[in-house]
Amino acid sequence: MSNAAVPVSGPPSAGSPQAGKYLVFTLSGERYAVPVLAVREIIRLCPITPVATMPPHIRGVINLRGRVIPLIDLRVRFGLSAPPDHDRTCIIVTQVVAAAGGRRPYAVVVDGVEEVATYGQADLLPTPDFGGDVDVRFITGMAHAAEQVITLIDLETVAANDPLDALEPSDSGATATSPDTAGDTA
Amino acid sequence: MADTSPSERLRSLLERVALELAFVDPEGDDRRRQLQDLLGELTTIAHESDAPPLIQTGIATATAWVAAGPIDQQQLHRLSCWEPWAADAITAWERGYDLPAWPAELAESAEPVGIPAASLSDSATPSSAAAAPPPEAESPPRPSLPEEMVTVLPAGTDTEFMRLFCAEAEELLQDIEQGVLTLEASPDDSDTLATVFRAFHTFKGNAGAMKLVTLQAVAHELESLLDAARRGARLLDRAAIDTVLAGADVFARYTAEAVHQLDGNDAGRPLPLPIPDVIARVHEVLASAPATPAAAAAPARPAAVPPAPQPAAKASPAAEAAPSVAAAPPSRPARGASPSVRVDTRKLDSLVDLVGELVIAESMVAQASPSSADEHLARLLGHLRGITRDLQRTAMSMRMVPIRGAFQKMTRLVRDTAHELGKEIHLELKGEETELDRTVIEEIGDPLVHMIRNAADHGIELPHEREAAGKPAAGTIRLEAYHEGGFVVIRLTDDGRGLDPAKLKAKAVERGLISADTQLTPREALELIFAPGFSTASQVTDLSGRGVGMDVVRRNIERLRGKVEIESVPGAGTSFTIFMPLTLAIIEGLIVGVGEQRFVIPTLAVRESFRPQASDVTTIQGRGELVDVRGRLVPMLRLGEHLGVSAGVRDPQRSIVVVVEAGHDRRCLLVDELLGKQEVVIKSLGETFASQKVFAGAAILGDGRVGLILDATALVRLSRRSTETAA
Repeated sequence: MSNAAVPVSGPPSAGSPQAGKYLVFTLSGERYAVPVLAVREIIRLCPITPVATMPPHIRGVINLRGRVIPLIDLRVRFGLSAPPDHDRTCIIVTQVVAAAGGRRPYAVVVDGVEEVATYGQADLLPTPDFGGDVDVRFITGMAHAAEQVITLIDLETVAANDPLDALEPSDSGATATSPDTAGDTA
Repeated sequence: MADTSPSERLRSLLERVALELAFVDPEGDDRRRQLQDLLGELTTIAHESDAPPLIQTGIATATAWVAAGPIDQQQLHRLSCWEPWAADAITAWERGYDLPAWPAELAESAEPVGIPAASLSDSATPSSAAAAPPPEAESPPRPSLPEEMVTVLPAGTDTEFMRLFCAEAEELLQDIEQGVLTLEASPDDSDTLATVFRAFHTFKGNAGAMKLVTLQAVAHELESLLDAARRGARLLDRAAIDTVLAGADVFARYTAEAVHQLDGNDAGRPLPLPIPDVIARVHEVLASAPATPAAAAAPARPAAVPPAPQPAAKASPAAEAAPSVAAAPPSRPARGASPSVRVDTRKLDSLVDLVGELVIAESMVAQASPSSADEHLARLLGHLRGITRDLQRTAMSMRMVPIRGAFQKMTRLVRDTAHELGKEIHLELKGEETELDRTVIEEIGDPLVHMIRNAADHGIELPHEREAAGKPAAGTIRLEAYHEGGFVVIRLTDDGRGLDPAKLKAKAVERGLISADTQLTPREALELIFAPGFSTASQVTDLSGRGVGMDVVRRNIERLRGKVEIESVPGAGTSFTIFMPLTLAIIEGLIVGVGEQRFVIPTLAVRESFRPQASDVTTIQGRGELVDVRGRLVPMLRLGEHLGVSAGVRDPQRSIVVVVEAGHDRRCLLVDELLGKQEVVIKSLGETFASQKVFAGAAILGDGRVGLILDATALVRLSRRSTETAA
C-alpha cells in the first residue's frame, strides 16, 4: 500500500552528489543510479496507456493501485537507444515535488535494476565536462565503484523539465504527426 | 491631543471603555481597573470642559457602579447600555442638540452611589432627563472615520484553528447576511432575528477564542444593536441593516485576508478595516431611536415581540455580553436535527477516490470469477456488489451540499446592484435544497455572479421603462435549481427586455465576428453572445442586451463539464439554463475504441452516434471531410489520425461517427467501435501533462487499464481551427 501520507525525504538536489545508498539500474547497457531514498517501489512492467501529443520520452500513464501516474522512458529522455521491452524491464516509482505543494508520484521505465550500493564521499565525483553534445541537466555526478563508472541522476530535475520540454511539440500542432507511441500498449 | 476638542477626547475615551467592556470576563479578568482609569479620565475632562450636568452625572453614575464592586453580569449589562448613551450624549452636546434621555432601563438600577452632591443638585437629574425629547434622529451625515490597521494573524496564531475559524466564519457570515436581508423585508421575523443574533454571538465567541480582540469588539457592538432589536427597543430599519451588513463585510474582508495569509501570501501584511466607522455607525443607529422599552409599544412597532419566545440559545439577558470563549467550538447547535462533523475535503476526496477504485476492483473480481462454477461464490459476490454500490452512493453523497449557500449570496448581489442602478428587482429563489458536489458549487459561483449582474444591469429595465412597457415597475430575476437526468439544472430567468436576434447579429457583423450575409436562425443569433470578442466593456451601454464576458462564463461552465443554453423573447425576458454534472468526481462516459486504444467521451457532449452510409461523407477541397448529420454538414475528425493511433479502421462505413458538440459547434469523431457506456471516476493527469489540450483527464477502466477522457470542447475547437486554416 503506497500511502501518500508517508513522507519520503527527497533526493539531494542536483549539484553535488551526496554519500549514501543508491539504487543502481541499467539503461541501454549503461549503469545509472538514483538515491535509494527517492525510490518508493519497483514494479514489473504493466499496461501503459500512451498519451498522444506528448514528446516521445513520455511513454504515457499507468494505473498504480488506482492512481494514474506518468511514466517516463529514461532511455529516450537521455537520447539512448531504447531496446524493446523484455522481462527484466521494470518501472521505478518515485515521488517528486508537485507544483501545487506536496509530492506527486512519478515513474520511470528502466532496462533492469541491478543492486543497492553504498557510495562514500570518496567514491563520488562531480559531473565531468562531456563536451557540448551531452545533456547534463539531470546528472548530479558520477560514482566510481568496482572499476565501473556510474552516472548519478536526479529525477526531480527530470520531472521538472517535462512540461517545459513538452510545450514545443504540442504547440506546433502535433496532431496527425504526433509521436507514434501507439504500439506501447503492452 | 492638546488641540482636539473635549468632546472628541471624551468620545475616544468612551470607545476605549467599549473595548474594555468587550473583554470583561466576569469569571476572570473583569477589567475593572482599566475601566476605573478610563472613567476617571472621563470625569476629569467632562468637569474641565464644563460638560452639561446630565453628562457629568452620567459619568459619575457609571464611576459609582464600577467602584461599587467587581463587574458581574448585571454590571456589565448596565455598562453596555450606558456606554452608547454616553457616546450619544456627547455627540448631541457637541452639535448642540437636545441631550438623549437617560436610558429608562437604567433608571431603576441608577441608584447613584457616592455621586458628588454638586452633580446631584443639578437641575438635570437622570430621572427628570428621562422626559427630555429624543435627540434629532436624522443628523447630518457623519464623515467616515479612518480605517484601522489590523494585524490579521497575530504572532503565535495556531494556523489549524485559524483555518477552522475562517471556515466557520464564512458560514456564519452567510447566515448573517441572508438573515439580515430577510429581516429587511420582514423586520418582525423574530426567528430570523434570533438566528442572526446567535450567529454574531458565536462569531464573537470564536473571535475571542482566537484572541482577535478587534473583531470581537466589533461583533459585540453589532450584537448589541441586534439585541436592541430583539428586545424591541430598536426597529431594524435601512440604516440598521446597512450597518450590520457593513459590519459583516468587515468580518468577511478579515476572513478572506486571513485565508490569503494562511496560504502563505503577504504574511504579516496589515489590513485596513473601517472598524471605527462601523462602531460609530452602530452607536449612531442605536442613538437615533429612543432606546427605551416603552418605544417597543410605540406605533412604530405595533406587534411588539415579547422577548420571551426567543429560543433557548439565550437564557439570561446578560449572557450575550459574556465573551463566551469556552463556548466557541460547539458551533451552531440549532442547525437541523442531525449532528455533523467537520471533515477535511481532501480526506473526503481520497475516500471518494478509493471507493471508485473499490467499485472497479469489485467488478474485476466478478469478471474473473467463473460465473457458473460456484453458486456460493456467486451469492457472496452479489452481496459484495450490493455493499460496494451502497458504499459508493454514500461516499458520493458526502460531497453533496445544498446549493443554498451559492444562491443566497446572490440575494445580496441583487440588492446591491439594484440600489446602485436605481432599479427595483426581486430575486426569487427556488430549489435551494438541490444538492450537488461541493466543488461544483464553489466553481459555479463566479459564472452565476456574472450572469446575475448582467441580468440586473442589462436585462431588467428602469422602473419607468418597465411601466411604459406595461410591466410591473419591479423586475424579477428567478434563480432555480433542480435535478434532471444525471444533471443539475440551474436556470436563471429575468423578465427584462430580452435579446433581439437582429441586433445581436448586427453587432456581431460590426465586430467582424461573422459576415453580413451569414444566415443565422434566431437561436444561432442568440448564441452569438457567447462568442469571444462579441462584447467589450466600452459598448455595454448601447448594447440592448448583455454579453459582457459571456464567453468567459461559457468557458468556465464547460471547464466544469457543464453546458449553458440561452433562450430569449424580446420584450419579455431572457433565460439561461446551465446543465452541470452532479459531481466532478464521476462522469458518465461513452467508451470508444480506436485501434488498440480506448477513449472516454463524456456523454454530456455526445449528441448522437451512427454508422455512416457512403453517401453521408463528402470531401470538400480544402475543408476536409464532412458528414451529413440530418441535413446539416458537420466536419469530421478521424480520431485515430488526430491522436496518432495506428491500425484504426480506414473506411468510414466500417466505423462509427460520434457527433459531439461544444456550444453550438458540432464535430463528428470517427472511431472504430463503441464499447459501451460507463460511469468513470475522473483522475487528473497531473502536471506532466498540463501542456496538452486533448485530454480532460483519465479513468481506470473495468480491466484496470487507464483510459483517457477526451476533452470534447477542445477537440471541437481545435478541429475547427485546423479546418479553417486549411480553407
